[in-house]
Amino acid sequence: MKARIHVTLKNGVLDPQGKAIEHALANLGFGGVDEARQGKYIELDLTETNREKAQAQVDEMCRKLIANTVIENYSIELE
Amino acid sequence: MKSAVIVFPGSNCDRDMAVALEKITGQKPLMVWHQDYDFPVVDFIALPGGFSYGDYLRCGAMSARSHVMKEVVKRAGAGVPTLGICNGFQILAETGVLPGALMRNANLHFVCKDVELTVENTDTMFTSGYIAGSNITVPVAHHDGNYFADDATLDTLEGEGRVAFKYANNINGAQRRIAGITNKAGNVLGMMPHPERMIEPALGGSDGRILFESIMNRLG
Repeated sequence: MKARIHVTLKNGVLDPQGKAIEHALANLGFGGVDEARQGKYIELDLTETNREKAQAQVDEMCRKLIANTVIENYSIELE
Repeated sequence: MKSAVIVFPGSNCDRDMAVALEKITGQKPLMVWHQDYDFPVVDFIALPGGFSYGDYLRCGAMSARSHVMKEVVKRAGAGVPTLGICNGFQILAETGVLPGALMRNANLHFVCKDVELTVENTDTMFTSGYIAGSNITVPVAHHDGNYFADDATLDTLEGEGRVAFKYANNINGAQRRIAGITNKAGNVLGMMPHPERMIEPALGGSDGRILFESIMNRLG
Protein backbone atom coordinates (compact mmCIF):
# COMPACT_ATOMS: atom_id res chain seq x y z
CA MET A 1 0.00 0.00 0.00
CA LYS A 2 1.20 3.50 -0.79
CA ALA A 3 0.85 6.45 1.55
CA ARG A 4 1.01 9.95 0.17
CA ILE A 5 1.65 12.58 2.80
CA HIS A 6 1.37 16.32 2.42
CA VAL A 7 2.95 18.49 5.10
CA THR A 8 1.94 22.13 5.09
CA LEU A 9 2.54 25.08 7.37
CA LYS A 10 -0.32 25.95 9.66
CA ASN A 11 -2.37 29.04 8.95
CA GLY A 12 -0.83 32.07 10.56
CA VAL A 13 2.71 30.66 10.41
CA LEU A 14 4.84 32.93 8.25
CA ASP A 15 6.16 31.13 5.17
CA PRO A 16 9.03 33.24 3.81
CA GLN A 17 9.83 30.70 1.08
CA GLY A 18 6.22 30.74 -0.09
CA LYS A 19 6.41 34.54 -0.16
CA ALA A 20 9.56 34.39 -2.30
CA ILE A 21 7.80 32.02 -4.74
CA GLU A 22 4.83 34.39 -4.86
CA HIS A 23 7.11 37.36 -5.67
CA ALA A 24 9.07 35.39 -8.27
CA LEU A 25 5.83 34.40 -10.02
CA ALA A 26 4.78 38.04 -10.08
CA ASN A 27 8.21 38.98 -11.49
CA LEU A 28 7.69 36.46 -14.29
CA GLY A 29 4.46 38.20 -15.17
CA PHE A 30 2.04 35.64 -13.72
CA GLY A 31 -0.87 37.61 -12.31
CA GLY A 32 -3.68 36.37 -10.14
CA VAL A 33 -1.63 34.56 -7.50
CA ASP A 34 -2.87 35.85 -4.18
CA GLU A 35 -0.65 33.68 -2.06
CA ALA A 36 1.88 30.84 -2.34
CA ARG A 37 2.56 28.41 0.50
CA GLN A 38 5.35 25.88 0.35
CA GLY A 39 5.06 22.42 1.83
CA LYS A 40 6.49 18.92 1.57
CA TYR A 41 5.30 15.78 -0.15
CA ILE A 42 6.42 12.38 1.09
CA GLU A 43 5.58 8.97 -0.35
CA LEU A 44 5.84 5.76 1.64
CA ASP A 45 5.60 2.18 0.39
CA LEU A 46 4.00 0.19 3.18
CA THR A 47 3.95 -3.55 3.73
CA GLU A 48 0.72 -3.23 5.71
CA THR A 49 -2.32 -4.23 3.67
CA ASN A 50 -5.05 -3.37 6.19
CA ARG A 51 -6.22 0.15 5.48
CA GLU A 52 -7.16 1.07 9.03
CA LYS A 53 -3.90 -0.21 10.46
CA ALA A 54 -1.93 1.59 7.77
CA GLN A 55 -3.77 4.84 8.50
CA ALA A 56 -2.99 4.52 12.21
CA GLN A 57 0.66 3.67 11.51
CA VAL A 58 1.24 6.57 9.15
CA ASP A 59 -0.57 8.95 11.45
CA GLU A 60 1.84 8.02 14.22
CA MET A 61 4.80 8.42 11.86
CA CYS A 62 3.59 11.91 10.99
CA ARG A 63 3.16 12.91 14.62
CA LYS A 64 6.51 11.48 15.71
CA LEU A 65 8.74 12.55 12.83
CA ILE A 66 7.37 13.58 9.47
CA ALA A 67 5.55 16.73 10.63
CA ASN A 68 6.37 19.14 13.43
CA THR A 69 2.90 19.77 14.74
CA VAL A 70 3.99 22.99 16.42
CA ILE A 71 4.10 24.61 13.00
CA GLU A 72 2.81 22.08 10.49
CA ASN A 73 -0.34 20.21 9.51
CA TYR A 74 -0.32 16.94 7.59
CA SER A 75 -2.74 14.98 5.46
CA ILE A 76 -2.54 11.33 4.51
CA GLU A 77 -3.86 9.58 1.41
CA LEU A 78 -3.71 5.81 1.16
CA GLU A 79 -3.80 3.90 -2.10
CA MET B 1 33.04 20.64 36.17
CA LYS B 2 32.83 17.57 33.95
CA SER B 3 31.14 18.32 30.68
CA ALA B 4 30.13 16.47 27.54
CA VAL B 5 29.75 17.77 24.00
CA ILE B 6 27.38 15.67 21.89
CA VAL B 7 28.63 15.24 18.32
CA PHE B 8 26.33 14.37 15.41
CA PRO B 9 27.23 13.84 11.79
CA GLY B 10 27.23 17.41 10.51
CA SER B 11 27.94 19.14 13.83
CA ASN B 12 30.54 21.82 13.18
CA CYS B 13 30.75 23.93 16.34
CA ASP B 14 31.62 20.99 18.56
CA ARG B 15 35.31 21.90 18.57
CA ASP B 16 34.63 25.59 19.30
CA MET B 17 32.51 24.42 22.22
CA ALA B 18 35.26 22.05 23.40
CA VAL B 19 37.89 24.81 23.29
CA ALA B 20 35.62 27.20 25.18
CA LEU B 21 34.77 24.62 27.84
CA GLU B 22 38.40 23.60 28.34
CA LYS B 23 39.59 27.21 28.59
CA ILE B 24 36.88 28.21 31.03
CA THR B 25 36.47 25.11 33.17
CA GLY B 26 40.06 23.89 32.95
CA GLN B 27 38.85 20.42 32.03
CA LYS B 28 38.68 18.86 28.60
CA PRO B 29 35.07 17.93 27.85
CA LEU B 30 34.09 14.46 26.84
CA MET B 31 33.31 14.38 23.12
CA VAL B 32 30.34 12.03 22.77
CA TRP B 33 29.71 10.64 19.29
CA HIS B 34 25.95 10.20 18.81
CA GLN B 35 26.28 6.42 18.61
CA ASP B 36 28.00 6.23 22.00
CA TYR B 37 24.87 7.11 23.87
CA ASP B 38 25.81 5.22 27.01
CA PHE B 39 28.24 7.97 28.08
CA PRO B 40 29.61 8.57 31.59
CA VAL B 41 27.87 10.80 34.11
CA VAL B 42 28.75 14.48 33.58
CA ASP B 43 27.81 17.74 35.29
CA PHE B 44 26.95 19.57 32.09
CA ILE B 45 25.85 18.64 28.57
CA ALA B 46 26.36 20.83 25.50
CA LEU B 47 24.61 20.36 22.16
CA PRO B 48 26.73 22.26 19.66
CA GLY B 49 25.89 24.16 16.49
CA GLY B 50 26.13 22.82 12.99
CA PHE B 51 23.94 21.19 10.39
CA SER B 52 23.38 17.75 11.84
CA TYR B 53 22.12 15.26 9.26
CA GLY B 54 22.32 18.02 6.67
CA ASP B 55 19.19 19.63 8.12
CA TYR B 56 17.21 16.87 6.37
CA LEU B 57 13.42 17.05 6.80
CA ARG B 58 13.71 19.94 9.31
CA CYS B 59 16.69 21.39 11.21
CA GLY B 60 17.40 19.10 14.13
CA ALA B 61 14.61 16.65 13.26
CA MET B 62 16.83 13.62 12.73
CA SER B 63 19.14 14.29 15.68
CA ALA B 64 16.18 14.80 17.97
CA ARG B 65 15.11 11.19 17.31
CA SER B 66 18.60 9.71 17.85
CA HIS B 67 19.48 7.32 20.68
CA VAL B 68 21.86 9.80 22.24
CA MET B 69 19.09 12.39 22.48
CA LYS B 70 16.88 9.93 24.34
CA GLU B 71 19.66 9.79 26.91
CA VAL B 72 20.17 13.58 26.91
CA VAL B 73 16.44 14.19 27.33
CA LYS B 74 16.38 11.72 30.23
CA ARG B 75 19.32 13.41 31.95
CA ALA B 76 17.99 16.91 31.27
CA GLY B 77 14.70 15.76 32.79
CA ALA B 78 16.63 14.64 35.87
CA GLY B 79 18.11 18.13 36.19
CA VAL B 80 21.49 17.96 34.44
CA PRO B 81 22.32 21.46 33.12
CA THR B 82 22.01 21.28 29.35
CA LEU B 83 22.84 23.95 26.79
CA GLY B 84 21.84 23.84 23.13
CA ILE B 85 23.48 26.36 20.83
CA CYS B 86 22.12 27.06 17.35
CA ASN B 87 21.54 23.56 15.88
CA GLY B 88 21.55 22.37 19.50
CA PHE B 89 18.59 24.70 20.19
CA GLN B 90 16.81 23.40 17.08
CA ILE B 91 17.34 19.84 18.32
CA LEU B 92 16.00 20.65 21.80
CA ALA B 93 12.92 22.25 20.25
CA GLU B 94 12.39 19.19 18.03
CA THR B 95 12.56 16.88 21.06
CA GLY B 96 9.96 19.02 22.82
CA VAL B 97 12.26 19.71 25.80
CA LEU B 98 11.90 23.35 24.80
CA PRO B 99 8.66 24.68 23.32
CA GLY B 100 8.27 26.19 19.86
CA ALA B 101 10.19 25.73 16.64
CA LEU B 102 13.01 27.42 14.73
CA MET B 103 11.94 28.36 11.22
CA ARG B 104 13.63 29.79 8.13
CA ASN B 105 14.72 33.40 8.75
CA ALA B 106 11.93 35.74 7.72
CA ASN B 107 14.17 37.60 5.25
CA LEU B 108 15.44 34.25 3.88
CA HIS B 109 19.07 35.32 4.43
CA PHE B 110 21.70 33.32 6.24
CA VAL B 111 22.66 35.76 8.99
CA CYS B 112 26.31 35.59 10.02
CA LYS B 113 27.47 38.51 12.17
CA ASP B 114 27.94 39.78 15.70
CA VAL B 115 24.61 40.85 17.17
CA GLU B 116 23.46 42.64 20.29
CA LEU B 117 21.41 40.60 22.71
CA THR B 118 19.47 41.92 25.66
CA VAL B 119 19.76 39.83 28.80
CA GLU B 120 16.13 39.42 29.82
CA ASN B 121 16.49 37.32 32.93
CA THR B 122 19.55 36.95 35.15
CA ASP B 123 17.77 34.59 37.52
CA THR B 124 18.89 31.45 35.66
CA MET B 125 21.91 29.20 36.08
CA PHE B 126 23.11 30.32 32.65
CA THR B 127 22.76 34.07 33.02
CA SER B 128 23.41 34.87 36.69
CA GLY B 129 26.72 36.59 35.83
CA TYR B 130 25.09 39.14 33.54
CA ILE B 131 23.42 42.42 34.44
CA ALA B 132 19.65 42.31 33.84
CA GLY B 133 18.58 44.42 30.90
CA SER B 134 22.15 44.91 29.67
CA ASN B 135 23.17 44.34 26.08
CA ILE B 136 25.89 41.87 25.17
CA THR B 137 27.56 41.09 21.85
CA VAL B 138 27.56 37.52 20.60
CA PRO B 139 27.81 36.17 17.05
CA VAL B 140 25.02 34.42 15.19
CA ALA B 141 25.38 32.19 12.13
CA HIS B 142 22.13 30.63 11.04
CA HIS B 143 19.54 30.29 8.32
CA ASP B 144 16.79 28.88 10.51
CA GLY B 145 16.68 30.88 13.71
CA ASN B 146 13.28 32.46 13.41
CA TYR B 147 11.69 31.43 16.69
CA PHE B 148 8.02 30.53 16.46
CA ALA B 149 5.49 29.54 19.09
CA ASP B 150 1.81 30.30 19.50
CA ASP B 151 0.78 33.36 21.51
CA ALA B 152 -0.22 31.36 24.58
CA THR B 153 3.23 29.70 24.68
CA LEU B 154 4.98 33.03 24.18
CA ASP B 155 2.94 34.58 27.01
CA THR B 156 3.86 31.66 29.26
CA LEU B 157 7.56 31.93 28.40
CA GLU B 158 7.60 35.65 29.13
CA GLY B 159 5.39 35.34 32.18
CA GLU B 160 7.59 32.67 33.74
CA GLY B 161 10.83 34.52 32.98
CA ARG B 162 11.94 31.81 30.60
CA VAL B 163 13.12 34.17 27.89
CA ALA B 164 16.84 34.45 28.70
CA PHE B 165 17.93 36.55 25.72
CA LYS B 166 16.25 38.71 23.10
CA TYR B 167 17.79 40.22 19.99
CA ALA B 168 18.19 43.99 20.43
CA ASN B 169 17.18 44.22 16.76
CA ASN B 170 15.08 41.54 15.15
CA ILE B 171 17.55 39.92 12.76
CA ASN B 172 15.54 36.87 11.74
CA GLY B 173 11.84 37.48 12.33
CA ALA B 174 11.74 35.69 15.68
CA GLN B 175 8.49 36.10 17.61
CA ARG B 176 9.01 38.79 20.26
CA ARG B 177 12.72 38.90 19.23
CA ILE B 178 13.38 35.73 21.23
CA ALA B 179 16.98 34.51 20.97
CA GLY B 180 17.13 32.04 23.85
CA ILE B 181 14.72 30.29 26.23
CA THR B 182 14.89 27.94 29.18
CA ASN B 183 12.70 24.99 30.14
CA LYS B 184 10.31 25.29 33.05
CA ALA B 185 12.76 23.75 35.53
CA GLY B 186 15.44 26.19 34.38
CA ASN B 187 18.21 23.64 33.75
CA VAL B 188 17.96 23.66 29.96
CA LEU B 189 18.81 26.67 27.80
CA GLY B 190 18.50 26.81 24.04
CA MET B 191 19.77 29.81 22.11
CA MET B 192 20.61 30.60 18.49
CA PRO B 193 23.63 32.91 19.15
CA HIS B 194 27.07 31.43 19.85
CA PRO B 195 28.49 32.41 23.27
CA GLU B 196 31.30 29.84 22.79
CA ARG B 197 32.69 32.03 20.00
CA MET B 198 33.00 35.09 22.25
CA ILE B 199 35.07 33.94 25.19
CA GLU B 200 38.20 36.11 24.99
CA PRO B 201 39.29 39.45 23.53
CA ALA B 202 41.20 37.72 20.71
CA LEU B 203 37.82 36.51 19.40
CA GLY B 204 36.37 40.02 19.47
CA GLY B 205 34.98 40.01 22.98
CA SER B 206 34.26 37.92 26.02
CA ASP B 207 30.54 38.44 26.64
CA GLY B 208 29.92 34.74 25.97
CA ARG B 209 32.36 33.66 28.65
CA ILE B 210 30.05 34.91 31.40
CA LEU B 211 27.44 32.34 30.41
CA PHE B 212 29.83 29.45 31.02
CA GLU B 213 31.15 31.05 34.21
CA SER B 214 27.56 31.38 35.45
CA ILE B 215 27.04 27.63 34.99
CA MET B 216 30.33 26.90 36.75
CA ASN B 217 29.39 29.12 39.66
CA ARG B 218 26.11 27.29 40.04
CA LEU B 219 27.75 23.89 39.95
CA GLY B 220 30.44 25.00 42.40
